[in-house]
Amino acid sequence: MDTYSIFRQIADSWVLLAMFMFFVGTVLWVFRPGSRELHKDAAQAPFRNDQPATDGETRGAYHKEARQ
Amino acid sequence: MWDYLKLVIYGLIAILAAIATTYARDIAYLVHAVLVVAIAGGLFIYTLRRMGYEPAPKTGYLDGPIRIGVALTAFWGVVGFLVGTYIAFMLAFPEMNFAWAEGYLNFGRLRPLHTSAVIFAFGGTALITSSFYVVQRTSGARLFNDGLAWFVFWGYQIVILLAATGYILGSTQGKEYAEPEWYTDLWLTIVWVGYLVLFMGTLMKRKEPHIYVANWFYLSFIVTIALLHVVNNLSIPVSIFGSKSVQVFAGVQDAMTQWWYGHNAVGFFLTAGFLGMMYYFIPKQAERPVFSYKLSIIHFWALIFLYIWAGPHHLHYTALPDWASTLGMVFSVVLWMPSWGGMINGLMTLSGAWDKLRTDPIIRMMVVSVGFYGMSTFEGPMMSIKAVNSLSHYTDWTIGHVHSGALGWNGMITFGMLYFLFPKLWNKAGLYSLRLVSWHFWLATIGIVLYAASMWVTGIMEGLMWREVDAQGFLVNSFADTVAAKFPMYLVRGFGGVLYLTGALIMAYNLWMTVRRAPLAEATPAAAPAE
Repeated sequence: MDTYSIFRQIADSWVLLAMFMFFVGTVLWVFRPGSRELHKDAAQAPFRNDQPATDGETRGAYHKEARQ
Repeated sequence: MWDYLKLVIYGLIAILAAIATTYARDIAYLVHAVLVVAIAGGLFIYTLRRMGYEPAPKTGYLDGPIRIGVALTAFWGVVGFLVGTYIAFMLAFPEMNFAWAEGYLNFGRLRPLHTSAVIFAFGGTALITSSFYVVQRTSGARLFNDGLAWFVFWGYQIVILLAATGYILGSTQGKEYAEPEWYTDLWLTIVWVGYLVLFMGTLMKRKEPHIYVANWFYLSFIVTIALLHVVNNLSIPVSIFGSKSVQVFAGVQDAMTQWWYGHNAVGFFLTAGFLGMMYYFIPKQAERPVFSYKLSIIHFWALIFLYIWAGPHHLHYTALPDWASTLGMVFSVVLWMPSWGGMINGLMTLSGAWDKLRTDPIIRMMVVSVGFYGMSTFEGPMMSIKAVNSLSHYTDWTIGHVHSGALGWNGMITFGMLYFLFPKLWNKAGLYSLRLVSWHFWLATIGIVLYAASMWVTGIMEGLMWREVDAQGFLVNSFADTVAAKFPMYLVRGFGGVLYLTGALIMAYNLWMTVRRAPLAEATPAAAPAE
């Protein structure tokens, strides 16, 4: 088989499947248990960084809670 | 040590470019070589004069390039709109292609100047500038390297300079939105790699656990543009001392590569990058977090996965295989959904704060921008359907569609971004005048409406006129008939452009006066020390 046909066949079978599964995976991952708190916290990121963090400081409430 | 090395580099570049001027095979190459000598020589002297000075302390965020960037964004906007309005009237009055300027300032030379000035100079500077601001303000970290940030910023402005002068002097590889010739392409590649390193480096030293969604969009914009730019500009220079190059691809492969590039320039430059702006500046201006963070992530992945396939809809009914154009059509139609998901996310961020629309003309601008995003992402998929495309393609409908997206979505969100950033960057209590923002808002909105509406009318009219046949099957209209019939709509379009340009001039005045006259903000308490 010529190169074009080989690539074409791989592309519209396994690669298509892999990409589709990856996409479905990302959507499912968004709804994983426990993501709500993380997302709520991430959405606040623009509001708590008007000044840069000092050395060693980590921002984000979710992060702190997770560490405790 | 680094300063000495810089002197050597600038000196070498200046000497090599000076040698190149003597061998230059065409006027564009000659002018560009002279520009490079001037820039490298100027930087040599600048570096030499500053040798041994203590560098400024690196505290806080790096805002220097952002301050220059917002000013340049406003400047490039006005320039791009001015050239656009001028060529709009050129189409109505061909006499404006003056004989004395033939070969330099005729429509064919000014048209790429307009498109590149608005997309790459206005839009590109807005994207680079706002990404510098947003990545710092959502990561809690200063840009990863000051010198690299300045290099990326000014390096991109040099690309704009080389591209713009090249178009006037006829240096073009004839690929829409990818006109600059090989050496400008190489320079942009270097600058863009620097941009990617700078952005990634800043994300890596972030103090936030999560990479905020705006940065995902900016990063996809940077990565994809790198890929598109390199593949679509694969060409071999005829001479190292000339600006002409020959494309590696030929025929339908070249066409497909070009529109894979062209549509993803829309998808990742004018959409993903500007969505990065939307996801930061709308929440900031509305003082509310984004409506649904989950939706923003799904919006991101769906957009990334779909956009890359939509290019073939530019090549319906051409030598492109049928399956490819069907694929492009299907993906374009599917793309409607994530686009509207993003629109809903942007609009609903205002839920509970809709009253701000009445009092805050900046948020009004941003909301109209997202509205136009929604409108053009509906119009686009519809036009990509083969049956619709057979009517709309090659007509002014396409131009109307592009402008409702570019003027409405990209323009308005950028104006909102500028109105937000100027007081912040110069530590002002607010803008010089909100009344002037309202004036800008209405002038721009009415301008877009006139533009889009006249292009719908003229586009559909000429599409129908082109396909009209009489009882014997002969075409009824000649091409010149359609041109004559379009004249009134061309006047309306030009008038819409005048309104939009006037709005931008009012903005430039307002922003200038904000820096000069607006009162300073109350001193904010210093950052609380870390515990």
